[in-house]
Amino acid sequence: MEANIHFPDPSKVREELIQKYPTKVAKKRSKSIIVNDPDLIPEVQANVRTVPGIITQRGCSYAGCKGVVLGPTRDIVNIVHGPIGCSFYAWLTRRNQTRPETLEDANYIPYCFSTDMQEENVVFGGEKKLKVAIQEAYDLFHPKSIAIFSTCPVGLIGDDVHAASKEMREKFGDCNVFGFSCEGYRGVSQSAGHHIANNGVFKHMVGRNNTPNEGKFKINLLGEYNIGGDAFEIERIFEKVGLTLISSFSGNSTVGQIENAHIADLNVILCHRSINYMGDMMETKYGIPWMKVNFVGADSSAKSLRKIAEYFGDEELKARVEEVIAEEMPRVKAIIEEILPRTTGKTAMLFVGGSRAHHYQDLFTELGMTTVAAGYEFAHRDDYEGRDVLPKIKVDADSKNIEELKVVPDPELYNPRKTEAELAELKEKGLEINGYSGMMKQMTKKSLVVDDLSHYESEKLIEIYKPDIFCAGIKEKYVVQKMGVPLKQLHSYDYGGPYTGFVGATNFYKDIDRMVNNPVWKLIKAPWEKAGNGKSGGIEASYVTQ
Amino acid sequence: MLLRHTSTEVKEREGLTINPAKTCQPIGAMYAALGIHGCLPHSHGSQGCCSYHRSTLTRHYKEPVMAATSSFTEGASVFGGQANLLAAIETIFAVYDPDIIAVHSTCLSETIGDDLQQITRKANDDGKIPEGKHVIFASTPSFIGSHVTGYANMVAGMADQFTVSTGEKKNQINIIAGWMEPSDMREIKRISQELGVKIVLFPDTSDVLDAPMTGKHEFYPKGGTTVEELKSTGDSLSSLALGCISAEPAAIALEKKCKVPFETLDIPIGLSATDRFIMALSKAGSVTVPDTITADRGRLVDVMADMEQYLYGKKVALFGDPDQLIPLTEFLLDLNMKPVHIVSGTPGQRFEKRMHQILETRAPGTNFKNGIGADMFLLHQWMKNEPVDLLIGNTYGKYMARDEDVPFIRFGFPILDRIGHSYFPSVGYSGGLRLLEKILTAILDRQDRDALEEKFELVM
Ligand code: SF4
Ligand code: SF4
Repeated sequence: MEANIHFPDPSKVREELIQKYPTKVAKKRSKSIIVNDPDLIPEVQANVRTVPGIITQRGCSYAGCKGVVLGPTRDIVNIVHGPIGCSFYAWLTRRNQTRPETLEDANYIPYCFSTDMQEENVVFGGEKKLKVAIQEAYDLFHPKSIAIFSTCPVGLIGDDVHAASKEMREKFGDCNVFGFSCEGYRGVSQSAGHHIANNGVFKHMVGRNNTPNEGKFKINLLGEYNIGGDAFEIERIFEKVGLTLISSFSGNSTVGQIENAHIADLNVILCHRSINYMGDMMETKYGIPWMKVNFVGADSSAKSLRKIAEYFGDEELKARVEEVIAEEMPRVKAIIEEILPRTTGKTAMLFVGGSRAHHYQDLFTELGMTTVAAGYEFAHRDDYEGRDVLPKIKVDADSKNIEELKVVPDPELYNPRKTEAELAELKEKGLEINGYSGMMKQMTKKSLVVDDLSHYESEKLIEIYKPDIFCAGIKEKYVVQKMGVPLKQLHSYDYGGPYTGFVGATNFYKDIDRMVNNPVWKLIKAPWEKAGNGKSGGIEASYVTQ
Repeated sequence: MLLRHTSTEVKEREGLTINPAKTCQPIGAMYAALGIHGCLPHSHGSQGCCSYHRSTLTRHYKEPVMAATSSFTEGASVFGGQANLLAAIETIFAVYDPDIIAVHSTCLSETIGDDLQQITRKANDDGKIPEGKHVIFASTPSFIGSHVTGYANMVAGMADQFTVSTGEKKNQINIIAGWMEPSDMREIKRISQELGVKIVLFPDTSDVLDAPMTGKHEFYPKGGTTVEELKSTGDSLSSLALGCISAEPAAIALEKKCKVPFETLDIPIGLSATDRFIMALSKAGSVTVPDTITADRGRLVDVMADMEQYLYGKKVALFGDPDQLIPLTEFLLDLNMKPVHIVSGTPGQRFEKRMHQILETRAPGTNFKNGIGADMFLLHQWMKNEPVDLLIGNTYGKYMARDEDVPFIRFGFPILDRIGHSYFPSVGYSGGLRLLEKILTAILDRQDRDALEEKFELVM
């Protein structure tokens, strides 16, 4: 696919991006800045250490573990073991919406729990204080579960959060206490924390509740965190087509649902990066296949529903899916058709997360816009190049110290939902089971792929490409807007959303239309500046133009 | 109910902090460093801290917040972060070309015992700091103190590492800004100019964190105290430290190093604290107070008198940082209101002492607590036991305010859901007027909302 957008010579751009770096840094960064070719899929250096001082978008393992994966489950008391800050910053800032069924149901999401480690705890150890904290949380709230998250100092001073958790779990008997060694220095980004979280949830939660469910087409929704109500929209659609949602990892979820997840017959994965481990482990232990889907974008949602129906192979379900799509689409079409003339031909850049930079390209395509450059903040090569590349990825020192659980089929509960023959047949039909083909296949030739984009590179890219919209996170938001380019936050959605499903797609169309066509971008210059005694327009960054 | 698990019964907790009324040191250090012109803050630790601090400051200001990190991995955590910091310094000067890098530590680098003084010296010896450029540092472990302590440590670092005394006195006064908003710093400068006193204000985040939209991203915005100004503070006649927790340590450092005498004042929030500030600054600068300032003061007192009926006896709960809470409490008392519950997560006996002094005769029986155990969970429990008419605090207060159906004024750090704090000052007489307007609006809106139809008033 070749876009009808004029691309600046990408290899020149590449050179320009690294020109200012010290030699060693330039060499390193050049391997993460790649000119795309969807047919060949070149190698992208990803999931490697960030260059110190470069100004990265990335966060830490703790953020990936507590903030991303565990945070959205409402009835776990999440105690952060460490000094106060780590817990404070992760308090309500990720917009994981949740809807307890009744006023009596537990919801700890608005709370922030910390051991607020003090100097004496760092010097003499903090395990004792941790246990006191767990006891106090238990006495105050009597929660079903208490999870403990280690922050940087904890690993170094040698506190054993697992032993402390075990001791308290055994003491209580009716409260599942478990810990995570998700110190921020583990791995190279949030990604390590996802893996650690997957391991912990798999070990300590999944499989504890065997209550059967009589519903039809039982599925789990993996890698959907209900930011801005995304999961609510997907739940609405699932209910409409007649799918039974057993659990969600982890938007709008409860402990009980996750403990019951192994009774589902299919895992659908939205964010591959943060939860693929869970898909693989549940497949091995319980025989549940997983399938990559995408509910970002109206067409993608329709496609994903069809894939799910195909998987179950039920004619009634397939018919119902078609009915629902036929019902939902006219509203979507009416809205996009009105907006399209204003967005067609515009360009976008997406540098965010571990899956969103891929998924949201579908929405831009629906808006008639071209993605000229994209990259992830903390993804791995398979998220760029597709899972075929997995055997080729070398495990480096930073990944090696993240535990790989040894999973074997459960002697009682293992039950392959599909036979080998059935799986082969599905594959024949184009259904990718346990697979993901990554971002690059979908991007145009000559577009730019940059992993772990630095601040400097982002300003350069904007200066060179002058995109109509830039998608990233809060740290980039106002920087880019200062340059006169609207920035759409794809972590927090600028406090809007949902953006999933059919309703979400139309929300996004409207938001992007509003942003790229907002009159404010034309009001930046004062009349006297426009009259000639001011500086020229266009995009500028102070040190870029020096 | 959002905070549905908060019980009425107050129990002493020893291990668990719930809904903290403080955060960690480095974010304060980062904020302070942004108040030096041409400075790039640098977080020495894992990159998560830096990401969190930048995000929180960005949400509070809706402005770019630039800072770099040493990006520790496990290796650095075991073997020390020197190599990472040296590499970072090299990359930063090559790519971002700041005048100054202001390094602060994090819990991690403190726990492993990295010595910032030694590493920055080594950077210098290795020629990694270009001619005319600077690297300063502050030790900011979060297992001690709070974000306020981190701010104080970085400001003290500025004083300690930049100032020189040439032996020749300059006719200027140092004003060391406690943690306050860019708008407040701008107002302090305006007031000083109106008084006719030449000052050096540091740090100064005005024109940094309230930068105009121009179509250009200024990596180093126009504002901030310059290195020259900072150096000259050693020759100033005296220093006024605004805030005993967040500003005084820098004044002490200056006195020690350059023998500049100092006086510690409250941040001039409200009438009495502003009175003391004006008195002190006019004395330090040997000027008489112009009528314009007296008139500003008069306007504030005028509104206090005219609207006193709506304020009298109203119960207020407040939480936040000590240097703000002390003058704010005093202001509420001047307004004839009744502060009943006060909480600050920042530890230290200064707060306790000052609060005692202020409350002893005018509002004995007020609940106040700071440091360990003083969190918003406790405040909420107090509010359940003795309900209030008004809650004042940072954005996190909105959950309590909604559950308890109490009018709420956003004040302090962080404010994540409203704008205004960075543009409109709360210090000085006009700042006092702004606070008073907010208080009155909150109270009167509530009265309007709750009034029976026959009691609904047109004129108030
Ligand atoms: S580790 Fe320390 S410095 Fe970093 S966020 Fe946590 S409390 Fe703050
Ligand atoms: S890097 Fe470490 S200390 Fe910093 S926020 Fe993450 S866990 Fe906390």
